[in-house]
Amino acid sequence: MSSFTIYDAPKSARIGRLIDHIYGNMPQIEADRGVLLTESYRATEGEPMITRRSKAFYHILENIPITIRPEELVVGSTTVMPRSAQVFPEYSYEWLEEEFETIATRSADPFYISEDTKAKLREAYKYWKGRTSSELATSYMSKEALRSIEHNIFTPGNYFYNGVGHVSVQYDKVLRMGYSGIRAEAQAALDKLHITDSDFVTRRHFLEAVILSCDAAILYARRYAALAAAQANECTDPTRRRELNQIAENCRRVPEFGANSFWEACQSFWFVQMLIQTESSGHSVSPGRFDQYMYPYYKADLDAGRLTPEFAQELIDCVWVKLNDMCKVRDAASAAGFAGYSMFQNLIVGGQNERGEDVTNDLSFMCLQASMHTQLPAPSLSIRIWNGTPHDLLIKAGELTRTGIGLPAYYNDEVIIPALVSRGLTLQDARNYCVIGCVEPQCPGKTEGWHDAAFFNMCRIVELVFQNGMDAGEMVGIATGDITKMTSFQQVFDAYQKQTDYQVELMVNADNAIDVAHAERCPLPFLSSMIEDCIGRGLATQCGGAKYNFTGPQGFGVANMADGLYAIRELVFNKKEYTLADFKEAMEHNFGVGAVAPTDVEHVTTEIVKGLVAGGQTVGEKEIAQIASIVQSQTLEPAKRDKYMRLRESIQALPKFGNDIEDIDALAREVAYTYTRSVENYENPRGGIYQAGLYPVSANVPLGAQTGATPDGRLAYTPVADGVSPVAGSDTSGPTAAANSVARLDHHIASNGTLYNMKFHPSALAGRGGLENFAALIRTYFEKKGSHMQFNVVSRETLLDAQAHPENYKALVVRVAGYSALFTTLSRSLQDDIINRTEQKGWRD
Amino acid sequence: MEQTVRLTRGRIADIQRFSIHDGPGIRTIVFLKGCPFRCRWCCNPEMQEFGIQTMMVEGKPKVVGRDVTVDEVMQTVLKDRAYYRRSGGGLTLSGGECLAQPDFASALLQAAHEEGLNTAIESTGFADFEMIRQKILPHLDHYLMDIKHMDPAKHKAFIGQSNERVLENARKIAPIAKRLVIRVPTVPGFNDTPAEIQAIAEFAASLPGVEELHLLPYHRLGQDKYGWLGREYTLADAQPPENEQMQALLQVAQRSGLRCQIGG
Repeated sequence: MSSFTIYDAPKSARIGRLIDHIYGNMPQIEADRGVLLTESYRATEGEPMITRRSKAFYHILENIPITIRPEELVVGSTTVMPRSAQVFPEYSYEWLEEEFETIATRSADPFYISEDTKAKLREAYKYWKGRTSSELATSYMSKEALRSIEHNIFTPGNYFYNGVGHVSVQYDKVLRMGYSGIRAEAQAALDKLHITDSDFVTRRHFLEAVILSCDAAILYARRYAALAAAQANECTDPTRRRELNQIAENCRRVPEFGANSFWEACQSFWFVQMLIQTESSGHSVSPGRFDQYMYPYYKADLDAGRLTPEFAQELIDCVWVKLNDMCKVRDAASAAGFAGYSMFQNLIVGGQNERGEDVTNDLSFMCLQASMHTQLPAPSLSIRIWNGTPHDLLIKAGELTRTGIGLPAYYNDEVIIPALVSRGLTLQDARNYCVIGCVEPQCPGKTEGWHDAAFFNMCRIVELVFQNGMDAGEMVGIATGDITKMTSFQQVFDAYQKQTDYQVELMVNADNAIDVAHAERCPLPFLSSMIEDCIGRGLATQCGGAKYNFTGPQGFGVANMADGLYAIRELVFNKKEYTLADFKEAMEHNFGVGAVAPTDVEHVTTEIVKGLVAGGQTVGEKEIAQIASIVQSQTLEPAKRDKYMRLRESIQALPKFGNDIEDIDALAREVAYTYTRSVENYENPRGGIYQAGLYPVSANVPLGAQTGATPDGRLAYTPVADGVSPVAGSDTSGPTAAANSVARLDHHIASNGTLYNMKFHPSALAGRGGLENFAALIRTYFEKKGSHMQFNVVSRETLLDAQAHPENYKALVVRVAGYSALFTTLSRSLQDDIINRTEQKGWRD
Repeated sequence: MEQTVRLTRGRIADIQRFSIHDGPGIRTIVFLKGCPFRCRWCCNPEMQEFGIQTMMVEGKPKVVGRDVTVDEVMQTVLKDRAYYRRSGGGLTLSGGECLAQPDFASALLQAAHEEGLNTAIESTGFADFEMIRQKILPHLDHYLMDIKHMDPAKHKAFIGQSNERVLENARKIAPIAKRLVIRVPTVPGFNDTPAEIQAIAEFAASLPGVEELHLLPYHRLGQDKYGWLGREYTLADAQPPENEQMQALLQVAQRSGLRCQIGG
């Protein structure tokens, strides 16, 4: 049962310096892994893939440069330079080669790349043509699925071009028995095989690959032990020399053997984390229940007087810094969607054990404290909440939320446990859940969840309905009939369901193609050594070795579709003020916004040309003709433009999802079902099932930019609503009303996770009273069966930025004097007042 | 519940959910329309008139004021029942001055009590004491009463009414209210000197049963509304007090022996 002491240990000076060091340079791309991998692949042609993978892993760990950063207590770096990235050409590589000259200067997540690195990678890349998992996946996919991907109906880009990640392994097992123990398990399984077994050949090679991977990890740690010892010998500072000697001793013991101290446990944990990331490029490799599996080592040291809470805190803080010292390079488009060099390493505290008892402990608090100290994006810190959660833990979490870093995210045991049980987990396993990546729950150490399998844009579906399956001149969907001839709302809704079902089928085809390509070309023996029951089944996780297998593609745009279909129902069928043809025409013309009157073509063209010339460009006759023709294509008779704008005004005047209006919330629930129920019909190649999520990561912005106008009045190419949250700025009745609306969705069926993002002005959380109300808000939302909640406390910096760049903050709402207002519409002096009030904690709003 | 209570009608300006600064816990505030005071700094000037008004908000007309029954108000208030239960919150009446619609205010508070909700009013106390005693206090858990100034002349100059009735009612209400909290909107050039705050705090401390005093720093967040109403904001030059000044005034107030805080 939960028992804990809250130490609130101070931040050691070392932590600030470690952070300064890793943020002291621009992230770089390093060639070593890619080069070593390619060397090994060239030498192992013709051998079984699982064998080649383990040999490559060994070759990399034997030779990749290693480094210890100044003052580190926990060592191990995937790259020589801090926060830098290795490359993984076995998944895909062409995009990087194409970006060699631009990646250092691109706007989202730039990386420095040296000429030497470019040359080495160019040489290595020669090997990879036709050998990547993405090329194989493409050849497995149906042409219809490829077409839908091309038209951005759904986007399976994550695993199409990268490793899968999205896993939480048996950290506890490595801490307990080390890789020597896991190796022995694999050896025992190997010894039991008989040469005549039907699956002998595959099992044998798999188990041998696991053994070699364990050896690789042990070898790698020994290299660090030697490096630390060598540095200790040369170190003149006695304190640091002692630390380095201890680091050397730690690395001689772990992860080969079980950890004997909390420091060793931290070191062992970190090797597991960074080596998973060296084997494969998947992100969202999630530490999971760190406060649980680390606790025995902490407790033993504390009880024996070998460890102070202050030093334990310092070690945890060091681990936090290391989690930010890993990076992944993505292509320019994906980088825009995942901006911030995000790795989504989700770490969760609190919650129940397998027996249903609360197991909050000292470390649960120390993890929250570590994020207070470091104020860094990693880990993606989460907290499990249920009726038995100690109030103190929730209050401590609220204090962290109040700092404005968007952490932790809050999860509801009372929804997630039954949801996982409904997907076939045992009650014990479900109670032990952790969260992967953004919001995806799974049982750690036993699951290949394939969360984040694709983004499914629910707004693109409504475009297909309006265009009878056509998109940009091509048949992408199916024919569901001319919408202008539909005579009931049910017909519109049925067409929406049919288009969804068809695209879900294609998405399943795409995901399964990628899944098989990973199994064939990128099985991961090291990862599989830490997932039950890969050793028992003799199968890699990519081939169905895990106890639980899922594929979880996530839909987004629920709020837009709820508001949009509601608008059609009200304005066309109930009030009969508009026709479906009116909607179609208005949406095709973006509700008249951005249109040019025919008489203004010349004027607008002249203005554009002037702008270009002023910007230093030379504009000739030909260019002017082109611009004029583009402007001409945007013309619209003023009467029509006014008509479209009137329709949009009528739509905007309607009630919206997020204001606690049962009628429209009920429709939102049905709209979410069109996707979640459709997805759960299918199976993946690993013997598992599909389960839907409802969340967009941050893809609602870039994928919104590929989406035309929608019947909720949303303009073309603007962001889609984020997760299950209401459309930004439309939830004008306050947080409780919005939470009540969101809770009316069925969160159980979206068992791959839902994401509800709530924004607050800091004054709402001021003082102990503010925290108490905050806790009550979360508990009540969870009582109403919401699944997840995270909070964006608008910081002073955000408001200042909004003042400087109002165009980026059109939907930023602040509460002033009893009403909510769009921040950017307020007068300058009022904006200043509000900015000042963010600093004055304890003042009323 | 008595039907007459539920069917009582009144005029409101707004209902605001998730209010966390006017009484304990998460609350819903019902703003009643009409007020006998004309405080120059008022951040809800659209609620001063009892009559239904139209404001021009960014060129668009917005009607302020609607007539509703207690039952209609309670339908909205009860939507957050679960949040009140978790946080110890409930219903707060504000405005305007809720006591200017005594029967409606009384019925709202009674209906809330019958639903098991905590009740509060944010009020000037400027009303007939007997009415307050008979109609309001029996259904009230928290009385948040504004005391703005001890000097009658200055009170009248900035508010339009003298303070005698407020002070007299405060003395009468204090011994019989379940809980009375004194609040002071701290307004530059009106009552923001140590001496003025000290006088109010000493008066508050002399009230039997009063333990708490809130200093509410002046803010300009209602300023735009004056323009929307076609009215002049006469405090346009006043600056919100600096944190240091508020802290100094807080120390002055604390000398009275009351539990004092900045903000509600």
